[in-house]
Amino acid sequence: MTTMTDTTTAAPTAAATPAAPANGATPADAGVQLHLDGAWLTVCAAARLTPGRGVAVLLPDGRRQAALFLDRAGRLYAIDNRDPFTGAAVLSRGLVGSADGRPFVASPLLKQRFDLETGRCLDDDEAGVGVYEARVSA
Amino acid sequence: MHPTDPMDTADKKTLVLVGHGMVGQRFLEALAEQGLTATHRVVVLCEEPRPAYDRVQLTSYFSGRTPDELSVTDAGFIEKHGIELHLGDPAEHIDRRTRTVTSRSGRSTAYDTLVLATGSVPFVPPVPGKDAAGCFVYRTIEDVLAIEAYAKANATTGAVVGGGLLGLEAAGALQGLGLGTHIVEFAPRLMPAQVDDGGGAALLRTLTGRGLAVHTGTGTQEILTDDAGAVRAMRLSDGSELEVGLVVFSAGVRPRDQLARDCGLAVGERGGVTVDERCRTSDPAVYAIGECAQAADGRVYGLVAPGYEMAQTVAADLASGDASDASFTGADMSTKLKLLGVDVASFGDAHGAAEDCLDVSYADSRSGTYKKLVVGADGTLLGGVLVGDTEAYGTLRALTGSVPPVPAEQLVLPAGAGAAPALGPEALPGDAVVCNCHNVTKDAVQACATLPEVKKCTKAGTGCGSCVKLIGQLLPQSGDTGLCGCFAQTRQELYEIVRTLRVASFQELLDRHGREAARGGEGCETCKPAVASVIASLAPAIGADGYVLDGEQAALQDTNDHFLANLQKNGSYSVVPRIPGGEITPDKLIVIGEVAREFGLYTKITGGQRIDLFGARVEQLPLIWSKLVDAGFESGHAYGKALRTVKSCVGQTWCRYGVQDSVRMAIDLELRYRGLRAPHKLKSAVSGCARECAEARSKDFGVIATASGWNLYVGGNGGATPRHADLLAQDLSDAELVRLIDRFLMFYIRTADRLERTSAWLERIDGGLDHVRDVVVDDSLGICAELEALMADHVTHYRDEWAETLADPERLARFVSFVNAPESPDPLVAFVPERGQIKPDLPLLTLRPLEGSSAR
Repeated sequence: MTTMTDTTTAAPTAAATPAAPANGATPADAGVQLHLDGAWLTVCAAARLTPGRGVAVLLPDGRRQAALFLDRAGRLYAIDNRDPFTGAAVLSRGLVGSADGRPFVASPLLKQRFDLETGRCLDDDEAGVGVYEARVSA
Repeated sequence: MHPTDPMDTADKKTLVLVGHGMVGQRFLEALAEQGLTATHRVVVLCEEPRPAYDRVQLTSYFSGRTPDELSVTDAGFIEKHGIELHLGDPAEHIDRRTRTVTSRSGRSTAYDTLVLATGSVPFVPPVPGKDAAGCFVYRTIEDVLAIEAYAKANATTGAVVGGGLLGLEAAGALQGLGLGTHIVEFAPRLMPAQVDDGGGAALLRTLTGRGLAVHTGTGTQEILTDDAGAVRAMRLSDGSELEVGLVVFSAGVRPRDQLARDCGLAVGERGGVTVDERCRTSDPAVYAIGECAQAADGRVYGLVAPGYEMAQTVAADLASGDASDASFTGADMSTKLKLLGVDVASFGDAHGAAEDCLDVSYADSRSGTYKKLVVGADGTLLGGVLVGDTEAYGTLRALTGSVPPVPAEQLVLPAGAGAAPALGPEALPGDAVVCNCHNVTKDAVQACATLPEVKKCTKAGTGCGSCVKLIGQLLPQSGDTGLCGCFAQTRQELYEIVRTLRVASFQELLDRHGREAARGGEGCETCKPAVASVIASLAPAIGADGYVLDGEQAALQDTNDHFLANLQKNGSYSVVPRIPGGEITPDKLIVIGEVAREFGLYTKITGGQRIDLFGARVEQLPLIWSKLVDAGFESGHAYGKALRTVKSCVGQTWCRYGVQDSVRMAIDLELRYRGLRAPHKLKSAVSGCARECAEARSKDFGVIATASGWNLYVGGNGGATPRHADLLAQDLSDAELVRLIDRFLMFYIRTADRLERTSAWLERIDGGLDHVRDVVVDDSLGICAELEALMADHVTHYRDEWAETLADPERLARFVSFVNAPESPDPLVAFVPERGQIKPDLPLLTLRPLEGSSAR
């Protein structure tokens, strides 16, 4: 068995604008897409997401992982899945919350919170995770 | 050490601080606050091998505080301000002519300003044998460690010479080590400097009651040694011999002024470097602060608060020179301590030294309470002594120097004995000093909104901590007991809202009952699981679905509840099947073994008499559980804030001492309460006789067999704050026992705070155990029928969560590693072998986001 030491993090993106579906309604068969290396990658059907929870996405290199979240208003967010405090890929399993109107996920391991829009850690200025752009395909 | 740039330091002045104790550290902080660390090179010579720590709390080492936790030095602070701190390298020589300090290691530093903060040394009376093996002083962490090591190897009894404040601290330490403890005090009473005869008598009575042998009015004449030269006894002034294995001298301290004497600085007649109001010694380039200095009023202060004040005076003097209006002319000797479990406080003119003053006192020798206030002829409160009950200390100290708004006699009477309504903190004037350690006024405290803010901005409450309670009462928002930033209600209030309004949805609760700003939001990681638990506890009664993975409930659960397994540090899960009462057939044991072998899981017997299987990946959970459920296992709810396990001893069936069938009772109780969601986890045990092999009294509810039935104990806990459970009722029949536990658990679920175990709940609620007994045994609130009905609902509606999950493909859909690659294992979950099993192979960590990733 080998150690997986993930030394690459998420590809940088410009400020990830949360994608709000038109009229708040998402067609059940619509696909959720992540913006990766200049192209949009469809990862799952929108119906697979539960508001307030996340899912993990394996990126095409077979190593990197994203955590994809849907909030109760129907907005999508995607951040790096790896919790920088423990090294485990678990952020997709954290609880989504909001503070001062900004959405965050709390790591299920040691409970540090990460802003879903910027990846910044709300409990430690030194830490953060990468973010991805996410949208529902037309 | 912090590298210093020679170019940078060339034109900087050098300040050398000798001594890095609490006062030294406070001085460094004051320097930084004044901006002087930026303009000076600061060199610190420290004798002890560790940076400044909380000497006042030294005894707390014996209640579990580690030397690291005692530290008052933040490594980041020292580094940030470029302070050169040399540990284990005391100053040995000062040459005032060349302005040079030389340390033991030979380090020679030229100074522009020298500050002495060398503290004091314990005074050891010159009795024969004082240097024998087994004789100690009580001053440093090293002293404490040496006493501990010696006591463990060589002693069962010990004596402390000196019954003052430090002596009682040391006696507390010896008791903490499990030694039979004597206190030998020359004066006719304990704590002669702080309390009067009445206070000393109250203290003596209480300490004797706690198993200490106190010898007052008695001197130590000689330490007697055995053939090996180690302490074996001490001879007292009354001619008697006291057999002891260890002696701690704690008969006062002397200012440590040798360095100053050697270089010709003026020292006081009774010791202490003489300083003026600005804390300058007879050499204007040299200052002295803290216990090594004799202040301008001719006194040497042995307390930390005056030392802090001197530290600030010097920093202000260095910053503004003659323009500084800071001065130290004397200090309040007020103290409040908890010594050997007894609260003792003295403040102001405790001995009534002022002319024409009068005292008002109250003594109750039964409860060991003694209170005396010293009042001037015009009614001004001058000082006082409090022993046994120091509740009013903060208010009384702050009122000292003024005429209290109610007569003094009412201030010393206990509540309910004709006392006026307690004098609240609102009675204090704005300039009343609330925190004596850092000299912070009520006004300064009230400029802040929260306790952390007060501590950060004013440092109030960060010294001895005795004012923290008063600060809490002064803060405007201290009334906010809300669950979190989303809800202003407590968990109990939310429980009542959910129950009476039948609110079965988190969103509805948040949008209608949440704080204004939080409505329409997502909630947070605190309230979501808490509300999920309340809804789950009440599910049958409010018509909600009890299954925790359905609908909105799914989004509220912590990951453990979400995946019905326990998340471990590398992202894998552990699985705990229920083994009721710890009883298991060989066939079922074999199934667990086979499952573990098939999936390569690490197995460990838990403290709750079951088996934990570690290292399952999320996508393996359904397969693992289908094998377990097929063999008749159910979820053990190890992942939930729910009933965990009911341990048992083997009981009457096999054991020659057993008087009841404890295994059967444990199984019955575990099956009855399995799956019950609560504010926190619930543990239980049943012992078959009074020998208590199942450790029932460390459980939330514990049952111990008697010849005629069962005794029920509640509110026990192991863990970090162990607590023995209290007896709720005795000699119960099976049916009475179950009914009482039903009521107890439902009352706890209804009224406890989030994550509040039964032990903390029992200590918190008004009336404590007696109140709980009134409610659940005597039905004082008339709710027992309702509590029983709620539990009956729970029992009827219980379903095994894992069996239900496996039966429903939709529910199984979440058990995938990746939404887009459900079969691919998480590449970060890896294992390596250890002792014939697996352990997590943890990835290397890089905390900071790497170059190019967008963490803003």
